[in-house]
Amino acid sequence: MSSPNDDVVGMDYLQSLPRRWVTIYIPLGIFVFVLLFPFYWMVVTSVKPNEDLLSRDANPFWTLKPTLAHFHKLLFETPYPEWLWNTVVVSVVSTAVSLVAAVLAAYAIERLRFQGAKPAGGAIFLAYLVPPSILFIPLSTIIFQLGLFDTRMALILSYPTFLIPFCTWLLMGYFRSIPFELEECALIDGASRWQILTKIVLPLAVPGLISAGIFAFTLSWNEFIYALTFVSSSENKTVPVGVVTELVEGDVYHWGALMAGALLGSLPVAFIYSFFVEHYVSGMTGSVKE
Amino acid sequence: MFERLQNSRNALGYVFMLPAAVLLIGLLAYPLGLGTWLGFTDAKIGRPGQWVGLENFSYLVTDSVTQLALFNTLFYTVVASALKFVLGLYLALLLNKNLPFKSFFRAVVLLPWIVPTALSAIAFWWLYDAQFSVLSWVLTRLGLIDRYIDFLGDPWNARLSTIAANVWRGVPFVAISLLAGLQTISPSYYEASAIDGATPWQQFRHVTLPLLTPIIAVVMTFSVLFTFTDFQLIYVLTRGGPLNATHLMATLAFQRGIPGGSLGEGAALATLMVPFLLAAVMFSYFGLQRRAWQQGGDK
Repeated sequence: MSSPNDDVVGMDYLQSLPRRWVTIYIPLGIFVFVLLFPFYWMVVTSVKPNEDLLSRDANPFWTLKPTLAHFHKLLFETPYPEWLWNTVVVSVVSTAVSLVAAVLAAYAIERLRFQGAKPAGGAIFLAYLVPPSILFIPLSTIIFQLGLFDTRMALILSYPTFLIPFCTWLLMGYFRSIPFELEECALIDGASRWQILTKIVLPLAVPGLISAGIFAFTLSWNEFIYALTFVSSSENKTVPVGVVTELVEGDVYHWGALMAGALLGSLPVAFIYSFFVEHYVSGMTGSVKE
Repeated sequence: MFERLQNSRNALGYVFMLPAAVLLIGLLAYPLGLGTWLGFTDAKIGRPGQWVGLENFSYLVTDSVTQLALFNTLFYTVVASALKFVLGLYLALLLNKNLPFKSFFRAVVLLPWIVPTALSAIAFWWLYDAQFSVLSWVLTRLGLIDRYIDFLGDPWNARLSTIAANVWRGVPFVAISLLAGLQTISPSYYEASAIDGATPWQQFRHVTLPLLTPIIAVVMTFSVLFTFTDFQLIYVLTRGGPLNATHLMATLAFQRGIPGGSLGEGAALATLMVPFLLAAVMFSYFGLQRRAWQQGGDK
């Protein structure tokens, strides 16, 4: 997503260096500090021994006796590894299902232009605006009737309800940017619609597919309300729900283990994100720009 | 037959739409309708409901907890969205300057938005701890307070603390989206207005803001939508407490519907959110869009 004026300095050269410090660097530094501090706090807390955590005298920003005890407890004395595995399975499968459905739908709406394509596109956008927090109660009764309550399948089926509208909307934008002429040439050469989709359109839309995939994966990794409502037994929980509901025991908060759990649960998305920042940002802003 | 299907755009179009349509109609449109219907029944968990007409709604409008939750939701949405807009726009303007390590800053700033909210909320829970909060620790050392702040134990403290956590999570989204909009504004407008003697504030007011309005409308529509229907942050930080002071419509619907077992009442609460949601979306979308049109925007 390189913008047209990335290498244009504009009129910034008119500002003197001290002035730039006061008007730009210091405010920006405060922003970055505030936005990143909770993460630093997670890391520090997760390696602090318990006596440091519950002392008001020690310097809270540092520890002299870093320990991995909290991670050990988390990985070997709690079902955390199972939650991680559930989250991976649910996120990967629901992302894959949604991508396939979204590619087909976006291609149909944007390129096949069947009768009713326009209303279908509008309906997809409206579906994107329906928030999970007004759907979870009726969905839970449906999940129950289908006999899927407390299974990973319940999540795999319900996540596409917010992933498909998002991915379809994003991919429609990408497909629109692919010239019609390419498809017309292929049609003249005798290619079928399916061949056009798989051999011409999809290879050209790879950046869009990556954006949609990454985005869908993070959205399903972060999902909370459906996972909280549709799953009740510990071995089927996802990381966010497991950490919130199971690691908190009574009045004694195991802050070290909680922070270790929050950190480990955030790392996979942060890791993937760091590799695909540009795709992620273009997906996010692309969906907003439409 | 297969040959015909391949070449008929309509038939092929419907086939391609099928997977998405089945999932969205079955698990999105149908539940939406079912939820509205449940709101008019006395359904409980494990018991199909009987039609009770407006009974749920007439009970809820007189229920003091629901009224409080509605107030909380509106307060939470208005304050948090306003803060997210102001801070997000400010951050976007800062990031749009000619900076060293620009892409690094952009990547880092977005982190709060991509990690699971439930997990970052746990970090905030620890930051807000009544006995060991590091915020209180710093403030005591600086001599600004002499007692640790009870961030989540006092109604107004809790409201403001949850809003702060929500703003922390939402500012990156607003900032990065607005930054994308800022980057499409040609620098020549700024040069031209500078030659005409415009001050930086005038440039912001009469160049940046009008050109950015269409994107602001969309971004704030989404932001209001996310904030109004927020659930996980409150659920993790306070579960609606203290004394229901932070209950939002969504958390109250969950509490009444799932652990409380009154599906009908929970569904009615969720349905009550819809008109407010529509109004908020209409206001931020059409309100701002009309301004864009008045100013000669093409949207």
